[in-house]
Amino acid sequence: MRLVIPLSITLITGLIMILNYFVPHEPFRFLGDNLQEWYMIVASAAIFLGTINLVQVHVRKIRLKLTNWRYSPVTLVGLVIMLVTGLIYGVVEGAPFDFLFQSMVVPMGATMFSLLAFFVASAAFRAFRASNWRATLLLTSAFLVMLGQVPIGSMLWDKIPLAKVWLMAIPNTAGQRAVMIGAAMGVVATSLRMIFGIERSYLGGSD
Amino acid sequence: MGRATLPLVILLMACAAAAQPPGTGGREDAAVRLSRVGQLVAEDVPNDAGGVIALGWVLDGEGALPDSLRVVRRTADGNETVLAMLSGGSTSFDDTTASDGTEYSYVIVSLGTGADPVFSGEVTASSSAQWLHSGRIGMLVILAILSFFIFWFIETSRRGRQFYIREIAGLASVEDAVGRATEMGKPVLYIPGIMDMDDIQTIASMVILGRVALKTAEYGSPLLVPTCRSVVMSVAQEVVRESYMQAGRPDTFRREDIQYLTDDQFGYAAGVDGIMVREKPAAIFLLGTFYAESLILAETGRGIGAIQIAGTAMPSQIPFFVAACDYTLIGEELYAASAYLSKEPKLLGSLKGQDAAKLFFIVLIVIGVLAATVGGFWAPMRGVADFLRSLVAVS
Repeated sequence: MRLVIPLSITLITGLIMILNYFVPHEPFRFLGDNLQEWYMIVASAAIFLGTINLVQVHVRKIRLKLTNWRYSPVTLVGLVIMLVTGLIYGVVEGAPFDFLFQSMVVPMGATMFSLLAFFVASAAFRAFRASNWRATLLLTSAFLVMLGQVPIGSMLWDKIPLAKVWLMAIPNTAGQRAVMIGAAMGVVATSLRMIFGIERSYLGGSD
Repeated sequence: MGRATLPLVILLMACAAAAQPPGTGGREDAAVRLSRVGQLVAEDVPNDAGGVIALGWVLDGEGALPDSLRVVRRTADGNETVLAMLSGGSTSFDDTTASDGTEYSYVIVSLGTGADPVFSGEVTASSSAQWLHSGRIGMLVILAILSFFIFWFIETSRRGRQFYIREIAGLASVEDAVGRATEMGKPVLYIPGIMDMDDIQTIASMVILGRVALKTAEYGSPLLVPTCRSVVMSVAQEVVRESYMQAGRPDTFRREDIQYLTDDQFGYAAGVDGIMVREKPAAIFLLGTFYAESLILAETGRGIGAIQIAGTAMPSQIPFFVAACDYTLIGEELYAASAYLSKEPKLLGSLKGQDAAKLFFIVLIVIGVLAATVGGFWAPMRGVADFLRSLVAVS
């Protein structure tokens, strides 16, 4: 019984959503739309669970003075300030919440994003080392694409931008499509396994 | 003089009146002529649940742009309803109040200040609901073929037939990675991507998390799962708890190790990077949907010397994982992971079915490529190419 109820719910909702995609007729459209709305309601309600979890984890760290507990008050103070300013003044443009968001959250996000440039450089350095013939092929392709992207490429040889276009349009697109087709089949197979209860490890057992 | 000039004055006045352009004087009601709605078409909206008739038209442009358009609907018994008043430049309208099977007549009236209303021609239509989306029949056929292969191979494996599944290096190393973490006395970090539970990659990631949690429970390694969504956190807590119970180690399950960080993409990346640098996990799993944060996470993990197993179906992020991680599950391998790790015959059978379906579609793709190429100069093959194209086209 512990497995029957969740598996039945998965089967029924899964079949409804599949039918909703192929059958526009009622009641499938109504049921499909409603199930998606239910998910939105559940997801919205779950934000409280997330907030409670965040508070619990950090309060526990402070209470037990666990390693690096000093960061936790910063998190909790940040949470309270954003919550209070949002609730009192609203989240409209120019409100304190918006000011804090634009002045702190956005720049901090941009800082994290800008780190990507350095990480790309270090990853590219490792990936492009010509250690074997495949890595050499990758290095050559990448070199051509980068050279074709900048004016000096066409200045050196006017065919380099054409080589870049060919590399991006033919081998790159073919590879990406192969990944996408394979992934699409994986999606269907995974969905069928879960809908029909063949995959049930997420429920804690195969019996 | 007076008698002689009077007819001349009247004649001049008449000429002046005749020469005056319309609308610049004289009588108001004869001044403006409005453009008429022409080419009015009313038809049932295809592939819907019924109750909607779409109207489309063009203005004939032979007069002034109307100020507004009145959409009028008539029924066979003479009832007339004004459905809407639209702006003068509108060219379409959906009647969403139609009853299926009832025939309606539609007229659109051009209206303007100081001008006579101009009526369009009358068109009739009725709405109906469809039982099958005509633009998705090809997808249904593909789904049926794929399902057939999967269920047939599941049934075959259920009868006891053994299938060979090629080794996936990344998945074969899961046990090694968890074992290494145990030996080093460090935690295992599992990152399920940044999308919510309505994303199939996150669902696949949760299934793999169950398998990884089973290993960490058996080995006694701490498992950290920072999440970007509250729903994912709730699901992950339940999945891990179930695995610990299955392993007979419910006492070692720590709910607080599966925590929610933030919904913000780079806030999450910063939080996970912080966990990596502070906790120094020996093994990191990055399995799910990732965007720009993928390389930030993978490079930080590499920086702390952790063994990293990544997997995603996002084509744009796969190169980053390949460059920064020890093992990468590419595309479909992410979805195959759970079946591969479980070694359950039924699940392995479904993998084999997926492979067989893939072979079938590869053959179709090759035929399609040949047909499209040869079809350039041989008409029968063009028909084959068009048929295959229509099969995969989805609306």
